[in-house]
Amino acid sequence: MNEISLAFSQAAALIAQFDPTLLEIVLLSLRVSLSAVAIAALIGLPLGAAIAVARFPGRNAIIVILNALMGLPPVVAGLLIYLLLSRAGPLGELGLLFTPTAMIIAQAFLITPIIAALARQAIEDAWLEYRDQLRSLGASTLSAAFTLLWDTRFSLLTAVLAGFGRAAAEVGAVMIVGGNIAGVTRVMTTAIALETSKGDLPLALGLGMILMTLVLTLNAAVYLTKEAAQRRYG
Amino acid sequence: MDKLRESALSPSILPLKLENVSFAVNGHTIIDRISFELDAGLRTIIIGPNGAGKSVLMRLCHGLLQPTSGTIRWNVETSLARPRQAMVLQRPVMLRRSALANIEYALALHGIKGAEGRERALEALEMVGLRDLASRPARVMSGGEQQRVALARAWALRPQVLFLDEPTASLDPTASAEVERIVQAIHDAGTKIVMTTHNLGQARRLGDEVLFILGGRLVERASVDRFFKQPATAEAAAFLKGELPWT
Repeated sequence: MNEISLAFSQAAALIAQFDPTLLEIVLLSLRVSLSAVAIAALIGLPLGAAIAVARFPGRNAIIVILNALMGLPPVVAGLLIYLLLSRAGPLGELGLLFTPTAMIIAQAFLITPIIAALARQAIEDAWLEYRDQLRSLGASTLSAAFTLLWDTRFSLLTAVLAGFGRAAAEVGAVMIVGGNIAGVTRVMTTAIALETSKGDLPLALGLGMILMTLVLTLNAAVYLTKEAAQRRYG
Repeated sequence: MDKLRESALSPSILPLKLENVSFAVNGHTIIDRISFELDAGLRTIIIGPNGAGKSVLMRLCHGLLQPTSGTIRWNVETSLARPRQAMVLQRPVMLRRSALANIEYALALHGIKGAEGRERALEALEMVGLRDLASRPARVMSGGEQQRVALARAWALRPQVLFLDEPTASLDPTASAEVERIVQAIHDAGTKIVMTTHNLGQARRLGDEVLFILGGRLVERASVDRFFKQPATAEAAAFLKGELPWT
């Protein structure tokens, strides 16, 4: 019991001092996960919209695969990107393995299906409501897809947020392609795993507290934005 | 020459000819071998009980549905007829943006953008008496206001034909009267009106001719005066008797 409370107070002290190592880890985490979310949203949102609106053979299979990929284990995502980027892999020449870029790629790969699947659902619901109206006004399927993306923008925030939550929380993918190298590719989750196994509980706990606070703050901000926007625009 | 005037001067898309048009969903027939021709000028009111197929018939005419069999032909190619007709749905869908932007959106789809689009949209809002609410988000407007924005959105396109599906179904009397005034004004400007309604008083006020639909079939077509005074078929007489009239 004593040990736990001691760890907590030491963790709080680390945070209060803006410990440089801690700060570096937190900033790298944010950089990696936010970049991954940006890339995944850029691909996933239009992809979700296209699948929601278009009708083509094999559409149902794609939806099932996309939904299944929402549960893709991070270590598997990491492994696939590892194979792609390793020396012998097709993109090995780029020398990206064990860099933050590799971590961004792995996380983007992990969460693109999440964002695409959730966006597909939201946009398809809206499409049922909008279809006749947009067709009557003369919108092509393509322009209808973009109209729906914009009109469901508040619901899509939730999809993007789910992607961010997954990226910020995962250990496996960044561990495999990043390697958890101190000062280079060490992020919050990999640091927590390492420090815990080393027995440095205050640092692990401090990082855990920061991670939770960040995720909570972001969720609250998005929730409030969404509420306000929905009150304003209906 | 601007595109809308061009459209107004271009050859009429009417008459619209339906020949033996049927529509079925999963083997269940909703429209059953209907044939008629719609000409410019007259205001056509489609009436009939719930489930008679009025809405479906209008959606077929407008091209939102494809007939299972039979043909629907405009005076010009379908691709040319399409942009010159508009429809106000029973529950119009407003996009999550201002009333003005909703109309600008429709105009942009017809190639009218920028300052010209804005001017045209404001003019349409003026016509429905909502210019002061131009910047209000359309989705938070009242049902009556949304219906008027939908009319403005349709009118901004200067359609040769305007389809209206129960435009006053869920509106209070004041809002209904306003919608009727707008429909009348659109007719006066030369647009062919095709409208479904439940409201027999409205059919009389706004209509020139009646298409009476029952069980997916066209049972009777007559001028408004004749239809209400002396329906030619027993079905129409029974319908007129059974409806709560003149509200």
